[in-house]
Amino acid sequence: MTTTDDLAVSVRGLRKQYGEFTAVDGVDFEIARGETFALLGPNGAGKSTTIEILEGYRDRSGGEVRVLGVDPQRGNLAWKARLGIVLQDSGESGNVTVREQLTHFAAFYPNPRPIDELIAAVGLEAKAGTLIRKLSGGQRRRVDVALGMVGRPELLFLDEPTTGFDPQARRQFWEVIRGLKSEGTSILLTTHYLDEAAQLSDRVGIIAGGRLVDIGTVDEVGGADARVPVVRWREHGVAREQRTTEPARLVAELSARLGEPEGLEVIRPSLEDIYLRLIGAQDAAPSEEKELTA
Amino acid sequence: MSTIAIPALPAGRTLTLGIRRIGYEVKAYFRQGDAVFFGFLFPIVMLTIFSVAFSEGDFGTTADGTVVTAADYYLPAMLAAGVLLSGLQNMALDIAAEKGDGTLKRLAGSPLPVISYFIGKIGQVLVSGVVQAALLLTLAALAFRVELPSDPDRWATFAWVFLLGIATSAILGIGLSSIPRSAKSANAVIIPIVLVLQFISGVYLQFSALPEWLQNVASVFPLKWMAQGMRAAFLPEEYRMLEAGEVWNLGGVAIALIVWLVVGLVLARVTFRWIRKDG
Ligand SMILES: Nc1ncnc2c1ncn2[C@@H]1O[C@H](COP(=O)(O)OP(=O)(O)OP(=O)(O)O)[C@@H](O)[C@H]1O
Ligand SMILES: [Mg+2]
Repeated sequence: MTTTDDLAVSVRGLRKQYGEFTAVDGVDFEIARGETFALLGPNGAGKSTTIEILEGYRDRSGGEVRVLGVDPQRGNLAWKARLGIVLQDSGESGNVTVREQLTHFAAFYPNPRPIDELIAAVGLEAKAGTLIRKLSGGQRRRVDVALGMVGRPELLFLDEPTTGFDPQARRQFWEVIRGLKSEGTSILLTTHYLDEAAQLSDRVGIIAGGRLVDIGTVDEVGGADARVPVVRWREHGVAREQRTTEPARLVAELSARLGEPEGLEVIRPSLEDIYLRLIGAQDAAPSEEKELTA
Repeated sequence: MSTIAIPALPAGRTLTLGIRRIGYEVKAYFRQGDAVFFGFLFPIVMLTIFSVAFSEGDFGTTADGTVVTAADYYLPAMLAAGVLLSGLQNMALDIAAEKGDGTLKRLAGSPLPVISYFIGKIGQVLVSGVVQAALLLTLAALAFRVELPSDPDRWATFAWVFLLGIATSAILGIGLSSIPRSAKSANAVIIPIVLVLQFISGVYLQFSALPEWLQNVASVFPLKWMAQGMRAAFLPEEYRMLEAGEVWNLGGVAIALIVWLVVGLVLARVTFRWIRKDG
């Protein structure tokens, strides 16, 4: 136990049972201080279960967990003051205004962010005096995000934070997160928007059926093989495609042979393509789990 | 070796945050329409109905010839009902709703002390209870010509019965909020309890007219004692002849309410959770 100081989160052999059902089955990962880590996976993969165990909301069935050096099952108020939490869903009655809510929560923390700055960061200037229950879904979600950041957390948990955001709000949110990163905030993010994960995270973990399928930086997850570019073109009206590690050479050949090839594209697999392949492979390979439950 | 120093939070924040919570809770309470009607205006509406409906009824005459009206008679009963509704019912339903809608889950993830949350709730109950009692007294005096006591001792009795009653009700409300499994079932669980208590404790029906066994059952619960304490504060002195043992028994009122306060504290301590883990 010498390195916990440099780690925001360390998870080893994490398991969670709901009765007979195993929702998380031996997950390991670490998040360094200042790192942004995205947990990706299909619905029901166990992302929220994992994140809520780290936040102290749920008790684990097995494994070792440290969050800012503390076992979340024993986290006290001083520990909570160092965290920011944006839950997957939170629907309060909302009989206070945006500004009242943020000001109130700010008082819980020793060194809160200025409220006006926060309201501007989530783009709610025009709605600051509106009751939360009168906001639209996406606007309410922005209040959730603002509440997660109000205490200047060392570690921020974001469980599908941008659900319901319009494209512009999403871009604005990315900027906010980049700002937090530059302040040194460690972030654990889940999202179903793979472009968002690629934009924001230093590393991603892909989880399916409660198991970690792969983990690595955005550029390396899935392995080098999964990243081989694809060249597409049309030849005599027939669509052709070829995977190659040397796309420029192939294109040069094509151009020598065909002149200007029709419909020429060089495609590098996006995180989404790689993710879908990994998840697809997971579905195709019948695990013991599936045989048991089938 | 592996212990990591966590900076301590400033001392005394439990109280200062508790006081902030009171302001926040009071604001939110009066902005929600339905709860304001059921918990807050209900005794006021009932006092009006009883005073008008039974205006011809016979509630007795004192030795010096003063006629006791329906409004005179029902004012202490409605004050007691108000304490129970503002305290127990409002608190239990409110906390059950906050469990259901995620309010408590959010607070659980924040560094707000549980005690501060309770201070906020109890403060809100106290504020709404005081406003409610003031409205009841004003309505009774102005609209129904109830002559309010001039003796400061009676006001002192009213004050401590009110404060002890509201504290006991509020704490019991926290304890009861854990019984319903969901916010939806909270109404079905809490409202019948409160309604039955009002019927057997001398709020709607004259207590001395109830069968003795029912009086004994009611005497186990706190509302009977609150109503009795309120009668001691507002009804003519001779009306104590209608009470058990022909005394107001304010000592009994204090003991019963304090016992229930302690029961409520234990219940709240044992049963209250920010969230049902894994629920
Ligand atoms: N409280 C619970 N009781 C029983 N089963 C649960 C509970 N919470 C989650 N599960 C189950 O555990 C599995 C993982 O759920 P979890 O909420 O962690 O998924 P997720 O990865 O966050 O999915 P999503 O992308 O839809 O949010 C699901 O199969 C779910 O049905
Ligand atoms: Mg989830």
